[in-house]
Amino acid sequence: MAEFLSTPLGIFVIILAQGLAIIAFVMISLLFLVYGDRKIWAAVQMRRGPNIVGVFGLLQSVADALKYVVKEVIIPAGSDKPVFILAPLVGFVMSLLAWAVVPFADGWVMADLNVAILYIFAVSSLEVYGVIMGGWASNSKYAFLGSLRSAAQMISYEVSIGLIIIGVVLSTGSLNFTDIVHAQDGKYGFFSWYWLPHFPMVFLFFISALAETNRPPFDLPEAESELVAGYQVEYSATLFLLFMAGEYIAIFLMCALMSLLFFGGWLSPIPGLPDGVLWMVGKMAFFFFIFAMIKAITPRYRYDQLMRIGWKVFLPLSLAWVVIVAFLAQYGAFGGAYARWAVGG
Amino acid sequence: MGVADFAFYLFAITALTGALMTVVSKNPVHSVLWLVSTFFSAAGLFVLLGAEFVAMLLVIVYVGAVMVLFLFVVMMLDVDFEELRGQMAKYIPLALFIGIILLLDLGMVFGPWEFAQNAEAMRAAPAPDLDQVQNTAALGQLIYTKYIYLFQTAGLILLVAMVGAIVLTLRHRRDIKRQNVVAQMHRDPAKAMDVIDVKPGQGL
Repeated sequence: MAEFLSTPLGIFVIILAQGLAIIAFVMISLLFLVYGDRKIWAAVQMRRGPNIVGVFGLLQSVADALKYVVKEVIIPAGSDKPVFILAPLVGFVMSLLAWAVVPFADGWVMADLNVAILYIFAVSSLEVYGVIMGGWASNSKYAFLGSLRSAAQMISYEVSIGLIIIGVVLSTGSLNFTDIVHAQDGKYGFFSWYWLPHFPMVFLFFISALAETNRPPFDLPEAESELVAGYQVEYSATLFLLFMAGEYIAIFLMCALMSLLFFGGWLSPIPGLPDGVLWMVGKMAFFFFIFAMIKAITPRYRYDQLMRIGWKVFLPLSLAWVVIVAFLAQYGAFGGAYARWAVGG
Repeated sequence: MGVADFAFYLFAITALTGALMTVVSKNPVHSVLWLVSTFFSAAGLFVLLGAEFVAMLLVIVYVGAVMVLFLFVVMMLDVDFEELRGQMAKYIPLALFIGIILLLDLGMVFGPWEFAQNAEAMRAAPAPDLDQVQNTAALGQLIYTKYIYLFQTAGLILLVAMVGAIVLTLRHRRDIKRQNVVAQMHRDPAKAMDVIDVKPGQGL
């Protein structure tokens, strides 16, 4: 057996199994994330939310997914058919691809890349193609306007997300997620994580993540009151399901990034307790809860306000922060809290 | 055939197919999408060469930013491509001329090509040992020490180009209403609103 696993075919089988395990984890969490999102949203609005299918409505998402799959795919007459079908596939596949480099516990990572952060950044910048292609191929003004808004929004906020991540990378001296989490491992538990030295950037990252994933209050691409549903207005059945699944997977990835970059990944918050995958999943679930709460309690932004915040507030702030962190790290300020180059390098 | 060979031929074939389809596609949006697939395959080839940092930058900068803007412009352009195609015959001699020059340039690679005697040594000298440092760190050490002036000059040229583009296209229109964001944020509800208690049957 061990001999077989070191042949090219064996390695291929191992990678395939790892990939399937991650996809299974993401897809199963997806079902319950959609359910949790609706349930939290309902609770804030003093409704009951889904409560018919299964115990407490737990199987509602399964029923919904089944419904989407068996419905008829309608392709508009004036649409560009190959691009129309390709667009949701691109959006979905790109959002899944990013999970290849996300570590869930020490060593529990499919591809331990040196440039893991750049990889995530590259893949997430490709997600915008699904949106643009979908909006254009639909041959509808609503869809096209929605996709233009969405693409401009995603590009704008990617800039500030990138600069915020550079601050963390400067502190660690490595682009590898495992190194970044190890750099946060200290004797103070919760207080040795990066959220404390990079305190203002945690909020900027979170808000940028909301805008990057088109979540409320920045859900202008789908603004149902003006654009009906933005780029997905012509999509139905499985193709729509792929778009929606891609969006939720991207949101969940942002939760994973929050916990890896600023909140110690799989490290335990209390010194002495064992580290492990449960902490990681728990932190991701916590950040998703905040995502859902923000969806429930904030009104939608105006488009020019969104652009103004992105370019005139977040970009200068995060750029200044990179310079400040560079100085603090170089001169070892605060007992070297900004320069944890012992790992990686 | 090993895994690396297989991956190389896969990326090479998709890159060439993408490049060919970019040229022959009738729809300009399809052309841009094929060009994206070409860039993507080129990034794959960089990974095979062990230059993962350059590969990721290629995807982030070209595919993630430049091509998206390109796609914007092409989608919103309202050009009659049938009409343009009708005039193509006029430009074929010029196109052939440029094509032949490019072909000759490429042919030089297979022809009598010789490096200067110490060129190879000079190029290899400043590179750090790749067994010791990672790709990214090696690149950073080179760019920010040995080639710092060239690197900064390149940055300055880009800055000048950006300022120039903005100056050329910026125009202030005085006949439209603009919002003063600071004034908006400092508005005071107590001064902006009057709450009037309207008695039933009396009106204001």
